[in-house]
Amino acid sequence: MHIPDGYLGPTTYVTMYAVTIPFWAIAARKLNRSLQSKQAPFLALGAAFSFVIMMFNIPIIGGTTGHATGATLVAILLGPWAALISVSVALIIQALLFGDGGITTIGANCFNMAVVGVFTGYGVYRLIAANTTQEDKRRVIAAAIAGYVSLNMSALVASVEFGIQPVLEKSATGQPLYSPFPLNIALPAMAAEHILLFGFVEAVITALVIKYFQRNNPEMLH
Amino acid sequence: MTTTKKMWIAVGMLALISPLGIIIPKWLGADGAWGEWDLSALEKVAGFVPTGLKRIAGIWKAPLPEYGFPSGNKGLAVESIGYVLSAVIGIALVAGIMYIITKLLGRKNDAK
Repeated sequence: MHIPDGYLGPTTYVTMYAVTIPFWAIAARKLNRSLQSKQAPFLALGAAFSFVIMMFNIPIIGGTTGHATGATLVAILLGPWAALISVSVALIIQALLFGDGGITTIGANCFNMAVVGVFTGYGVYRLIAANTTQEDKRRVIAAAIAGYVSLNMSALVASVEFGIQPVLEKSATGQPLYSPFPLNIALPAMAAEHILLFGFVEAVITALVIKYFQRNNPEMLH
Repeated sequence: MTTTKKMWIAVGMLALISPLGIIIPKWLGADGAWGEWDLSALEKVAGFVPTGLKRIAGIWKAPLPEYGFPSGNKGLAVESIGYVLSAVIGIALVAGIMYIITKLLGRKNDAK
């Protein structure tokens, strides 16, 4: 889901930077008020986990690969604003150092996986886990569903960004200038693989780690 | 052992087994993520490479492209070593940056 350089035209990638930067600014302001420096090891861990879990490419036999992002898990453990920054830092290093995702598309990729991923995951989790104690079994189910929905929302938003390119940016002769696949190809292709496989991987990872924390450090669950 | 220490061991273990993320897809004939083709793969999938895409695609040269040593195919064993090293470097960098950000943002709230 790391959109490379060239697949989004300037209209889209500039817009996505403009949309994402305010989220970073709000997150920085919120954290500036609430964060304590003793939390540093946990935020470092959250970012590191998100970074490394994205390296586990999951194959569809004879087809494409995808991966979990850890966005929902990190959001449940660190809160959405700290998670937004943690996942963004992981994505930015992936782009700059490892060429996983472009640099023109950092705004878009951070919006898809960090902003949409974190807030969808956190929102669904809070909704299902509402009025439960931190030890309640419903929290594990909430974490699983939240992870599944979150990754699928990230994929959906990414597929729309891909799919609108042929409409937004055309040459004088009507040829697509950037990602060449229209929405009716991009959206079903990305939606199907995430609905059928990658979403479940995110769900299982999120639920298992939350279950572990519930048993050992339930006070860490948001 | 503290939770933090256990979690670091878990992240370290993930780094060590991270090459599974390239080995298993290769075994199962899976060919990378949708929409992340390089130029030659895109030409096969789409039949052509859009001109704007071609112009922007090479804008950034990552020092450790695709979590490996730069330049060429050196077989799965070498790729796996590069992958683990990339995981370790990436984890250290990402964790270090987050650690510093948190220390800076959190300093003035510590007294509360």
